[in-house]
Amino acid sequence: MAARASDEALSLTAAAAVERIAAGELSGAELFDLYRERAGNEDLGAFLWLSEAAADVPADAPLGGVPLAVKDVFCVEGVPSTAGSRILHGYRPPYTATAVERLAAAGAPMLGKTNMDEFAMGSSNENSAYGPVANPWDRERVPGGSSGGSAAAVAAGLAPWAIGTDTGGSVRQPASLCGIVGLKPTYGAVSRYGMIAFASSLDQCGPLTRDVTDAALLFRHMVGCDPCDSTSLDYPAEVPLPTAERLDGVRFGAPPELTGEGIEPGVLEVFNRVRTTIEELGGEVEDIALPHTAHGLAAYYVLAPAEASANLSRYDGVRYGMRAGDGDLLSLYEETRAEGFGDEVKRRIMLGTYALSSGYYEAYYGRAQRVRTKIAEDFRAAFERVDLVLTPTSPSVAFRLGERTSDPLSMYLSDYCAVPMSLAGIPAISIPGGLSDGLPVGIQLAGPAFSEPRILDAAHALERAVGFTGEPWRA
Amino acid sequence: MPEPVADRPYEPVIGLEIHVQLATRTKMFCGCALSFGEEPNTRTCPVCLGHPGVLPTVNAQAVHFALMIGLALGCEIAPRSLFHRKNYFYPDLPKGYQISQYDVPLARNGALGDVRIHRVHLEEDAAKLVHAGASGRIHGAAGSVVDFNRGGTPLVEIVTEPDLRSAAEASEWLRLLRATLRRMGVSDVNMEEGSLRCDANVSIRPAGEATLGTKAELKNMNSFRFLQRGIDAEIARQEQVVRGGGTVTQETLHFDPVTGDISSLRSKEEAHDYRYFPEPDLVPLAPTEAMLSRADDALPELPAARAERLERDLELAPETARLLAFRGELGDFFEAAVAAANGGGDGAVAGPRALASWVTVELVPRLGDTEPTESPVTPEALAKLAGMVSAKAVSQSAAKQVLDVMAIDGGDPEALIVERGLGMAAADELGAIVDGAIEQNAAAVEQIRSGNEKAIGAIVGAVMRETKGRADGGEVQRMIRQRLTVDG
Amino acid sequence: MIERDQVLHVARLGRLKLSEEEVERMALELSSVLDHIEKIGELQLDGVEPTSHVLPLENVLRDDVPRASLPRDRALAEAPEPAGGGFGVPSPGGEG
Ligand SMILES: [Mg+2]
Ligand SMILES: [Zn+2]
Repeated sequence: MAARASDEALSLTAAAAVERIAAGELSGAELFDLYRERAGNEDLGAFLWLSEAAADVPADAPLGGVPLAVKDVFCVEGVPSTAGSRILHGYRPPYTATAVERLAAAGAPMLGKTNMDEFAMGSSNENSAYGPVANPWDRERVPGGSSGGSAAAVAAGLAPWAIGTDTGGSVRQPASLCGIVGLKPTYGAVSRYGMIAFASSLDQCGPLTRDVTDAALLFRHMVGCDPCDSTSLDYPAEVPLPTAERLDGVRFGAPPELTGEGIEPGVLEVFNRVRTTIEELGGEVEDIALPHTAHGLAAYYVLAPAEASANLSRYDGVRYGMRAGDGDLLSLYEETRAEGFGDEVKRRIMLGTYALSSGYYEAYYGRAQRVRTKIAEDFRAAFERVDLVLTPTSPSVAFRLGERTSDPLSMYLSDYCAVPMSLAGIPAISIPGGLSDGLPVGIQLAGPAFSEPRILDAAHALERAVGFTGEPWRA
Repeated sequence: MPEPVADRPYEPVIGLEIHVQLATRTKMFCGCALSFGEEPNTRTCPVCLGHPGVLPTVNAQAVHFALMIGLALGCEIAPRSLFHRKNYFYPDLPKGYQISQYDVPLARNGALGDVRIHRVHLEEDAAKLVHAGASGRIHGAAGSVVDFNRGGTPLVEIVTEPDLRSAAEASEWLRLLRATLRRMGVSDVNMEEGSLRCDANVSIRPAGEATLGTKAELKNMNSFRFLQRGIDAEIARQEQVVRGGGTVTQETLHFDPVTGDISSLRSKEEAHDYRYFPEPDLVPLAPTEAMLSRADDALPELPAARAERLERDLELAPETARLLAFRGELGDFFEAAVAAANGGGDGAVAGPRALASWVTVELVPRLGDTEPTESPVTPEALAKLAGMVSAKAVSQSAAKQVLDVMAIDGGDPEALIVERGLGMAAADELGAIVDGAIEQNAAAVEQIRSGNEKAIGAIVGAVMRETKGRADGGEVQRMIRQRLTVDG
Repeated sequence: MIERDQVLHVARLGRLKLSEEEVERMALELSSVLDHIEKIGELQLDGVEPTSHVLPLENVLRDDVPRASLPRDRALAEAPEPAGGGFGVPSPGGEG
């Protein structure tokens, strides 16, 4: 009886749990304890730290006390916050990230900190200094990255929902590979204050959830202008919960650049099935050209590493974190950073430093910024004709652990479809579209800035029609 | 055919780079209060310590002050300017980059006096690195300690064109700039305390040539005297290098004011490559009409304009006008005294020139280090005293004695004169004293009568001694002559 | 192809000490990524404005009102080498 009741509580979506709590049929504290116990026994490597107990949350708080898994990239006062890096081992920030604070205030207390690629640089979670994360669908495979811990935790039912960060696909791609929902908001919709920076002009915090409604509910309480973040904006209106069940009159554009060459056949098959489903729901799908998106990845791998190279200069062994060296200042810097950073982080620092260095700025950084302009123009033109852009989220399903670690470029390619939206600063969601060889395939819907309500509505209709019921942890 | 270079005189070419700490309440990019000698690291927060995840936010007052400076220096204000990151590693730089402005500064193309302003931009100050010495050894190595209190203080950097031609000119111009900034209230402009810091770019070229020589950068001269001596020493050093057949290399130099030596400040193990790029955590500054007019409205009359006005309207000597204009508080005191004199009405009043002299020649030495606003002497009282002198109610020398008293205890000059019996001797009293002096100086009277005019001095002296200075020397002379003529 | 010297120069700028093996590997890996990146060199981008920001924001300013600073103990709590009320570092010497 007790076991059945707890299974039932754990099977609830977050929104359903909030309703139960509001009705007095469940308490946030109970739910927290259930998840706390489950997460404490996990063996995926999803969590790096767990809260001891839930904070007191009033039952009428909008999010009722439904606990939240938080990517370790968010600073939380007094709680180890490492961004998956050895260089921040033992670091306990003196302040808390705005997004975490807002969600806690709305009634989503932190369950724990989730594993991630070091400084959010990676697409497989294999770049964590604290070990990889296994994909709950197949433990030999990666969960995607960089929010791999958050995605795996939600997919495995270790947490009802989670937040992650998306710089060039880091929420959407792991959501896709783990068979859950991941939303990358419009740049500026959610405060970045307290999010350990990777690439400041691209980083954005987003929800990873079991379904579209949960994504909308969590997103509603994350948004808003923050006086601590000059690049944040007021959200135009309260985010509604999605209700659409049909797609009548909704126009979708499928760009050949992101739906053809380089996409795995199994992924394309699911994508084409979803295309048909959209038409069955009354939507229209047409091809729409986004000619410069083919160059998105190249521009991204200039801009993101360039910003990262500066953002990571603060890790110097002086004020916090680890320190190495033999007593002179140069060795303090060079050895702290050599020992503290992993291979991928070093690669990006090298790439970014090179791209900004004297004599190369225009050829790399300057051109990449102009490509960014062209990509944003492509989207603007597309949204004159269609409401939403439709693509696969990632060119492939979850790949095997270790399969791509020796070839950085092949790893980078898993964000090929996600990066253009990041460069344009527009919102995009990944929802499960079906399975390919027993592994989830994500479908991406993108819209103009601040069109999240429209995206969520369309995703909601599509989600119901697709009927994806993947819950690997129940198997 | 040009002369051999070695024989031609050289002309120094000097440009200045000035960093001005702004007198805001908080730091440039965080809410920490500015530090004034507090215990180390008591004015810090996650933002100015460069913790992971923090973001900068721009101080509105710093922007306002920077706009005021841009306008005061006659610059064009950029319709849209950007912050950039200037990347380098140093322990006093917590983020590994300084947020500064690069290719689009807030203001450019202005002038102050004869010197053109190249650019004016906003940035953040570095922290303070304290060399701890033996007592602060860390793990056996000689260590330093970083204090982040100053880190993040708002700075305006002002860069001039190379329009200065001597150390004296540079120092004189810097005084004008300092007076201007001080008048605007945007900074404490204290060189000793580092709220005004000056670097000089110095090069030399054969006189008459238009192209610029290779410049050396002299760092952080923290007083006018050091600035002048440092530039002079650097000019001499460069001349020596060039006359010896060498070439000047571009480098950063440190002037030691104690020994007068100039040494290279950095070892150039690597060329600097700051990898500037637009700061993605901040949005552009695009001053609105409202921001610009608010900055413009906040500008007081600036020293250069004030000196001109005092010279033109009040007919002060140029030197006096500049002194009053460059020391704004003194100028304010002077103008208040002029207003009091004009409003006084009854009797003779002191004119502006006389008042200026009372302020600059008499009051200034009696002030010592205090500002005129803190002196017990009020502008009204000084105007009254000067007016009494003009009205011959008190002699010049007696009035100076009165001012001595006022400078310590304040008080009303008229009351002081009465109380101390320092008023002009009345006509009948003075007549009696003159008669007595003529009687007692028969020899001098004899000499005057035989044509030695100068001998009158002895009799005047006797009268002044007797009256303790309460008589007007000219009036006494007139009375003596009158008596000797009438008698003879 | 990125040369060994360039790798060392860039590593120094970024204050990363690389082992011999890393220098070799980095040269190869960076070259392959740069080959991909250099495709943007083929695009016609004359007259295209650079985007450093997707936001339509300007003049986001903070009022000049002081906020509480951290207690010194907290500021120094994470320091690897606190010393004399501050953050201990080796003296700069030639570094800079
Ligand atoms: Mg500067
Ligand atoms: Zn601060």
